[in-house]
Amino acid sequence: MPVKSLDDLKRIKEEALAKRQIRNASARAHLTVAMGTCGIAAGARDTMKAILDAIEKDQITGVLVTQTGCIGLCEYEPIVDVQLGETKVTYGKVTPERARAIVTEHVVGGKIIHEWVITR
Amino acid sequence: MFRELALHILDLVENSLQAGATLVTLEIIEDEAADRLTISVSDNGHGMDEKTAQQITDPFFTTRSTRRVGLGIPFLKQATELCNGSLTIDSTLGQGTTITATFQHSHLNRMPLGDMVNTVLGLVVGYPHVNFVYRHSAGDRRFEFDTRPIKRELGAVPLSEPTVIEYLRREISDSLAQIYNKL
Repeated sequence: MPVKSLDDLKRIKEEALAKRQIRNASARAHLTVAMGTCGIAAGARDTMKAILDAIEKDQITGVLVTQTGCIGLCEYEPIVDVQLGETKVTYGKVTPERARAIVTEHVVGGKIIHEWVITR
Repeated sequence: MFRELALHILDLVENSLQAGATLVTLEIIEDEAADRLTISVSDNGHGMDEKTAQQITDPFFTTRSTRRVGLGIPFLKQATELCNGSLTIDSTLGQGTTITATFQHSHLNRMPLGDMVNTVLGLVVGYPHVNFVYRHSAGDRRFEFDTRPIKRELGAVPLSEPTVIEYLRREISDSLAQIYNKL
């Protein structure tokens, strides 16, 4: 890896740490995208992309985004779990458009989009 | 089933992660002189015994209990065979697995590689406790993307911070553009 690139990383790290100190009090969200064969076939890779794009574009800090395997609800894929504070909800058929709306309205705005929630 | 090889690659890596891998190495070799495309995914997961390794190309074999079919590897095997290639599985119980898929590079039926940037980015951010090495060569140009030095440098800063996502995306896409001579 070129030195310039690692220098960039040092700067990114320092800036991120400084920002996190200021926002440490804000609620932390955790999004999980199901990425089993069923999820991938239904478009979960592009759902993941839409979530990361939204975080990058709107500079949303303090959000953890992870992937997991098949959770056995293949017919509702792509599936995204959102944990915000104590509440966890599962969204089904999360297209990239829905993913963007979930980031803006639920993760940032704190408002669950009930229409897309699936109950297990 | 998939329209991009990148989605097959993602599926293979997901298998590695379900097998408990902490290090996954993805290698793509585009050798146009030999008219060959080789994709391999190696992991240090729990591996398979010989019998299981033989069964995983059967669509009606799966280790999961949530559904009764496993279509990822059978479809990839079929895709390689439609392009004068093959799929090989090399696995040792307790040590890990390497799956290699080869294709005739110029074959009309060969799927495009597809969106490697977002496939690798999603994996790297999505599995923060796993390390990834992504090597890709096209002719005599090659690059290696390794998450280990990046994570050492970042320390406690999460990979899903917006500036880190931006950095990772740029690293991967610039490296790819360089081997394709687009920079």
